[in-house]
Amino acid sequence: MSRNGFLPLGDRMSGGNPPGVPAFLSTAAAAVVALLRRVGLWGRGLVIAAPYLWLFLFFLVPFLIVFRISFSDAVIAQPPYSDIVQLLEDTDLEQWKLQITLNLSTYLRLLTDDLYIYAYLSSLKMAAVSTLLCLLLGYPMAYAIARAKPSMRGPLMMLIILPFWTSFLIRVYAWIGILKANGVLANMLGAVGLVDSNWELLYSDVAVYIGITYSYLPFMILPLYATLEKLDPVLLEAAADLGCKPWEAFLKVTLPLSLPGIVAGSLLVFIPAVGEFVIPELLGGPDTLMIGRVLWNEFFSNRDWPVASAVAIALLLFLVVPIMVFQYVQARQQDGEERR
Amino acid sequence: MATAQVIRNPARLEPWQDPKAVPYVRIEKVTKRFGDFVAVDDVSLSIYRNEFFALLGGSGSGKTTLLRMLAGFERPSEGRIFIDGVDMTEVPPYERPVNMMFQSYALFPHMSVEQNVAFGLKQDRMPAAQIRDRVAEMLALVQLDRFAKRRPHQLSGGQRQRVALARALVKRPKLLLLDEPLGALDKRLREKTQFELVNLQEKLGITFIVVTHDQEEAMTMSSRIAVMNQGYIVQTGTPTEVYEYPGSRFVAEFIGDVNMFEGRVVEDEPDHVLIRSDEAGCDLYINHGVPMPIGTQVSVAVRPEKVLLSKDPPPDGGGRNATRGIVREIAYLGDASIYIIQLHTGKTVRVTAPNVTRRVDMPLTWDDEVHLSWRPFAGVVLAQ
Amino acid sequence: MKRFGGPLGWALWFGYAFLYVPIFLLMLYSFNENRLVTVWSGFSTKWYGELLENTQLLDAAYLSLKVAAISASFAVVLGTLAGLALARFGRFRGRMLFGGMITAPLVMPEVITGLSLLLLFVALEGLVGWPDGRGVTTITIAHTTFAMAYVAVIVQSRLSSMDDSLEEAAMDLGARPAKVFFVITLPIISPAIVSGWLLAFTLSLDDLVIASFVSGPGSTTLPMVIFSSVRLGVSPQINALATVIVLLVATGIFVATLVLARQERQRKRDEQMALQGG
Ligand SMILES: Nc1ncnc2c1ncn2[C@@H]1O[C@H](COP(=O)(O)OP(=O)(O)OP(=O)(O)O)[C@@H](O)[C@H]1O
Ligand SMILES: [Mg+2]
Repeated sequence: MSRNGFLPLGDRMSGGNPPGVPAFLSTAAAAVVALLRRVGLWGRGLVIAAPYLWLFLFFLVPFLIVFRISFSDAVIAQPPYSDIVQLLEDTDLEQWKLQITLNLSTYLRLLTDDLYIYAYLSSLKMAAVSTLLCLLLGYPMAYAIARAKPSMRGPLMMLIILPFWTSFLIRVYAWIGILKANGVLANMLGAVGLVDSNWELLYSDVAVYIGITYSYLPFMILPLYATLEKLDPVLLEAAADLGCKPWEAFLKVTLPLSLPGIVAGSLLVFIPAVGEFVIPELLGGPDTLMIGRVLWNEFFSNRDWPVASAVAIALLLFLVVPIMVFQYVQARQQDGEERR
Repeated sequence: MATAQVIRNPARLEPWQDPKAVPYVRIEKVTKRFGDFVAVDDVSLSIYRNEFFALLGGSGSGKTTLLRMLAGFERPSEGRIFIDGVDMTEVPPYERPVNMMFQSYALFPHMSVEQNVAFGLKQDRMPAAQIRDRVAEMLALVQLDRFAKRRPHQLSGGQRQRVALARALVKRPKLLLLDEPLGALDKRLREKTQFELVNLQEKLGITFIVVTHDQEEAMTMSSRIAVMNQGYIVQTGTPTEVYEYPGSRFVAEFIGDVNMFEGRVVEDEPDHVLIRSDEAGCDLYINHGVPMPIGTQVSVAVRPEKVLLSKDPPPDGGGRNATRGIVREIAYLGDASIYIIQLHTGKTVRVTAPNVTRRVDMPLTWDDEVHLSWRPFAGVVLAQ
Repeated sequence: MKRFGGPLGWALWFGYAFLYVPIFLLMLYSFNENRLVTVWSGFSTKWYGELLENTQLLDAAYLSLKVAAISASFAVVLGTLAGLALARFGRFRGRMLFGGMITAPLVMPEVITGLSLLLLFVALEGLVGWPDGRGVTTITIAHTTFAMAYVAVIVQSRLSSMDDSLEEAAMDLGARPAKVFFVITLPIISPAIVSGWLLAFTLSLDDLVIASFVSGPGSTTLPMVIFSSVRLGVSPQINALATVIVLLVATGIFVATLVLARQERQRKRDEQMALQGG
């Protein structure tokens, strides 16, 4: 890029002596600027460094700490875990030694206790099913919007995004009133004699599916719409010209070309859904096990920070691959946009 | 205008001359409306087997719409379309024995060149081995065998154009529709491809209908041209016919450059017509009669290359088809020069003269007084 | 597909119904006199009255708004810088990691983010004595961290869809990069920054899980209050609160959309004129 060659931000600021400022102060300022520039932290560097350092400190380092604590012992103390790195004074030899205790029992417990394995598998299943539901509902919607008149597309997409701006918690709460015994759904179905009014969907896996699909649907539709809108309708005509019936053209042209949107949308739903806590907590039954809930309980109810950390690390391991795929798709999309 | 027409095989028939010939494509009174707007207006056309038929017209004249109705993407509001005797008006595009090469090529970006070309054959459930052979053969024909594995975005414009052509041809359709096939190519490549297209068409024996707004391209390639304007077909004929005998002012002006002289019929005999034109500053003599009464206001079209320039008065005088003017501008084109001459009547006339001798020897220069003349068959009388 | 008939149209209408019916029901029952929310017994606005007297809830709402405003502002500054770096600086050392740290928070399960930040704060406190306990500061930091990723993505996509010839022209005319940013780039991406701020604000206002991890005694946010109440089942007061929130958000979005659309049109015109007229 040509702008790399341009003078950095600071030249203007360090140059010249603003009137009324003591000489030594501006000299000092110039020295500081020179130093910052020396280490590449001025101008361009500063623009990168500020968010970089912030994310490094508050996003990356925390994972290392979680990782470290997952090897600790739970103790009754403040904070409630033992430090795995200890500096011990050996009084006999009059020297210090560094002792690192790796407590692997937490991980062993994750591997041997059915509860955790079951919770992980169940989370994956719940997230996968909900993602599929989002896709099945979201794809036709995104497709319909992408094929609508250009002037209608904006408002229609706005309607998709709008619920997302209202409180997530409240939208989940809305389903309690619908799904509970004597709730809206039970009353409606009861009125036509399908179920008796004590029937309820609330506190079941189905309720959780509905809740996740409902909450994450916009995340599925957004990237789908983005790819479908870019699809040139002439390609479908070309397919028809070469002998494709409409549904064949859909399978052979539309579907493969919207694959990046499908992948991005699915990951955008799947990854957070695996670790979802609020929805299973509010809509799920006591036996709706999801790993987010397990982690929450280990942390808040059992106050077992090492186990909670290990659960988090294990969850992260499950998600590393999907997250990396997501980043890859995201980067490709961005590149494609720049190339256009 | 320098018009190169591919000289066709002389043995080739001119089926439209033969009253017994059965047209391959018959468009009967087809009209297409978009809301209130009439894009194609009561068009009837007969196109014969092995023709290279051009639809020529300005932007928005309805060429693409007509072509899309032939392909089946658009349904006529009125009228019928027959292909090979079968009424195709209601047949969806995927069941028509017709293939189209799209203006934007419409190559599938997620498929390689090879897969793009094979697409239509796979659709026909052809055995894989046969598909492979046909695709290889087709790619060789358009000289793309080296690029078989590439994706469309890795090709140049000209290469993409050839992929699109191969993809449309590989199914061996009886009728190929081409929408501005050479629009995206630069001039040199365009000319080269024009010849390639014609050769290919003759070799494969496929009927081509090609849309273009480039009159030179239409002249170069086609056996016949239909000139469209505002949804109508204004004239249909061979390139020579539409160029030499334009049926209307619109056609005369649309195809090639032309000088128009307004005038009035003063003498009308079976073997000639005399038109008095104040604009030309002389009487215009044309060696055939016209079906117009004496006194009718008409225009006479004279092509720039048919006008002769000389410093001395032309030998055959009589003041007919001869006038004088002053050279105002000269544009040197290499093989020819264009002169803009202002007649003494004030009208400017465009004249093209081949540069037979080296230009330094050219006697004509700016502000020279020159004589203009043309032969009795040069002018075309057009009603107003 | 111009008109919404056929299976596709049905899917669209069903989808919209799915998205909106629950919210409308929620709002409808906020006017139900009956304490059993879904059993209708008459129109009443009494729950709105009770809402106004619920000081715990009002305090939490105030705290949440404060945190949301501060963290959205921080997130906008950091996120804009990050978006700028990603869209305009080409390749730089550590770009991979940087891009990763921007996109990962978009999908990271909240329980993980919450837990890891809490453990960081505890460790930091043990190490350097800061932050002193948990509360508004830690919630703000946490919210800034995940919201800035959203802002960065919005700003980045805005910048990459923007014609950079304007910036280059300004530099060509002798403006220094800093000046170019403030005079040219910033005004053009201001709609993205505004929507980024609004998004960050909403995300912060909405967050339950992360706040639950990093908050301390005395710093209870609105979602935490709602959650503890909702856990016990439906409550008409929450319906009333939901109605208020939905109406506020809808108005806010409506106004913001109108304003942004107007600015956008203006900007397009200006840009066009700048490119044509020079
Ligand atoms: N789907 C449509 N809806 C409404 N009007 C249309 C539609 N398609 C074409 N038209 C109109 O019909 C007229 C003819 O369009 P057409 O595409 O056939 O022109 P064309 O001769 O191919 O022009 P060009 O050389 O610019 O490609 C134009 O005025 C166009 O605006
Ligand atoms: Mg066209």
